[in-house]
Amino acid sequence: MQKESKIRDPLILGNKTYHDITRDIARPVEGKANKYWWILFGLSAVLMLWGFGCMAYTIGTGIGAWGLNKTIDWAWDITNFVWWIGIGHAGTLISAVLLLFRQKWRMAINRSAEAMTIFGVAQAALFPLIHMGRPWLAYWVFPIPNQFGTLWVNFNSPLLWDVFAISTYFSVSVVFWYIGLIPDFAMIRDRLSEKISPMRKKLYTLMAFGWSGRAKHWQRFEEVSLVLAGLATPLVFSVHSIVSMDFATSIIPGWHTTIFPPYFVLGALFSGFAMVETLLIIVRKVVNMEAYITIKHIEYMNVIILLTGSLVGVAYITELFMAWYSGVEFEQYAFLNRATGPYWWAYASMMTCNVVIPQLYWIYKIRTSFIATFILSIFVNIGMWFERFVIIVTSLHRDFLPSSWTMFSPTFIDIGIFLGTIGFFFVLFLLYSRAFPVIAQAEVKTILKSSGSEYKKKINE
Amino acid sequence: MSNKVIHAIYDDEEIVLKSVKILKENNFEINEVYSPFPIHGLDHALELKETRMAITAFIYGCIGITFGGLMIYYIMISGIGKSWPMNIGGKPNFTFYHNLPSFVPIMFECTVLFAAHLMSITYFFRNKLYPGSTSKSPDPRTTDDKFLVEINADKDEDDLKKILKKSGAIEINEEKNEK
Repeated sequence: MQKESKIRDPLILGNKTYHDITRDIARPVEGKANKYWWILFGLSAVLMLWGFGCMAYTIGTGIGAWGLNKTIDWAWDITNFVWWIGIGHAGTLISAVLLLFRQKWRMAINRSAEAMTIFGVAQAALFPLIHMGRPWLAYWVFPIPNQFGTLWVNFNSPLLWDVFAISTYFSVSVVFWYIGLIPDFAMIRDRLSEKISPMRKKLYTLMAFGWSGRAKHWQRFEEVSLVLAGLATPLVFSVHSIVSMDFATSIIPGWHTTIFPPYFVLGALFSGFAMVETLLIIVRKVVNMEAYITIKHIEYMNVIILLTGSLVGVAYITELFMAWYSGVEFEQYAFLNRATGPYWWAYASMMTCNVVIPQLYWIYKIRTSFIATFILSIFVNIGMWFERFVIIVTSLHRDFLPSSWTMFSPTFIDIGIFLGTIGFFFVLFLLYSRAFPVIAQAEVKTILKSSGSEYKKKINE
Repeated sequence: MSNKVIHAIYDDEEIVLKSVKILKENNFEINEVYSPFPIHGLDHALELKETRMAITAFIYGCIGITFGGLMIYYIMISGIGKSWPMNIGGKPNFTFYHNLPSFVPIMFECTVLFAAHLMSITYFFRNKLYPGSTSKSPDPRTTDDKFLVEINADKDEDDLKKILKKSGAIEINEEKNEK
């Protein structure tokens, strides 16, 4: 049995038995959706369809449908791409890094966080895909032997590193997620009756891969989880470092900085945790998981947000300092222009949402309130979107020739595609919350005796 | 192999662990333990060998980095570098060594890609987990809250039952061995 300090707060509330955990986690899969689920699903589906329409229009007419111009030839598409990739990072942090650190509170949230990673990365991948203009030729990004002579992809290009990083990240996340899901699918399979729901029984039998919970299988399961966590940890840091190198290896003032990799990774974790909170505060209500996703979980995440938010703040200030200290007048102008130029409002939103507002988490009452956390997490989501917008658009809009200086304004297609990916993301997530066990029940059962509130009371008496 | 097995069902993992230790001390042959979640220390109690999954991951990782390196060497150096030696942006493609820094990210990704996926495939293969396979667990409650220990019952059957009762089994069933 695992031991835990007496003074730690319980992570599972109520007088639960193993069977209660099974029942609670299988309930959303077996039962019917409540009305909150249908309302959210309806809204998301409408947004998604609108987004799909805008994507179809873009592919049909070309990238000219967007607000890009000759000076600002990268704007919302790459902003959204980096934003979604960043959101994905918290999932891997929770499932892999916190596993290596043996943090028990990860167990109630890792499944959903990782689902968020996979769905977020899928949204991110849509943007380069559409931006290619001819998405049916997307396989050209891979080093495939071809008949164009010795025409290969360029391994010196950070964009190709991105291709490898993101496809590895996505596929490894899916496998990691699925290996953890197998015992839980088996649990659902064994609960379903052959007579009442034969189709579902068949489906879950298929998805459970014939899992039976033998001792040797569990031994391998634990080792494979640990090794995958060990592999996913450097992977997740490499992915956002490489995303940052899309910018850092160029010579545009404002992008050409060595601080980018750690700065982007921290920002990604920061925004990812905010999105995990936004989702989980909804999920725990929609599928009744209040006993498992407690305020303690939210508080732990808020502490991480406070830490990463402050570190991101340090990075912003370091950037400003380095621009001044470098003595390069173009760098100095780029940063001065960011803060005081025509896009000052974007810079100010970024600073407020990412640096100032998360400081409220120093206050115990705010960090342990669901409503306050929900509102603050939305601010962080917005702030981190602005961070990418500021980095990308303000660096581009003052071109090398002052005659090409211009501003960017999105068209309704830009906006439609962005909102569409949000809708698509929520559609996937809501479907997941009805068809998959949203909490890793096998793992939660292992901590019931050390972290369940009733068990803790008994130990403390 | 005996033709009769005993299925002892428990409802607590600590009792299972204790019971398995007692059975081993009395030299009973335990065929299998089915549990809804991993029980720490059970593999030692059952004297299972250490799993070699991590070693396979290391080997697959080595294959991955070699594959990545060779692929990049073939694409960037041996072909193009010989025909058109160039130095673009301080990244000369004359030799692999000179161009190495910009090859590191993809060689790293290839290592992780190979290690993670091939290890997972090995895991599925060794556990005989695949879509379409059906559960071998004799009792469906073992994925919920019950633990099942399967013991060969060719000798001292009454003794065995007594030990199981004493150690806390909530159900003891006799089954034919189908293997």
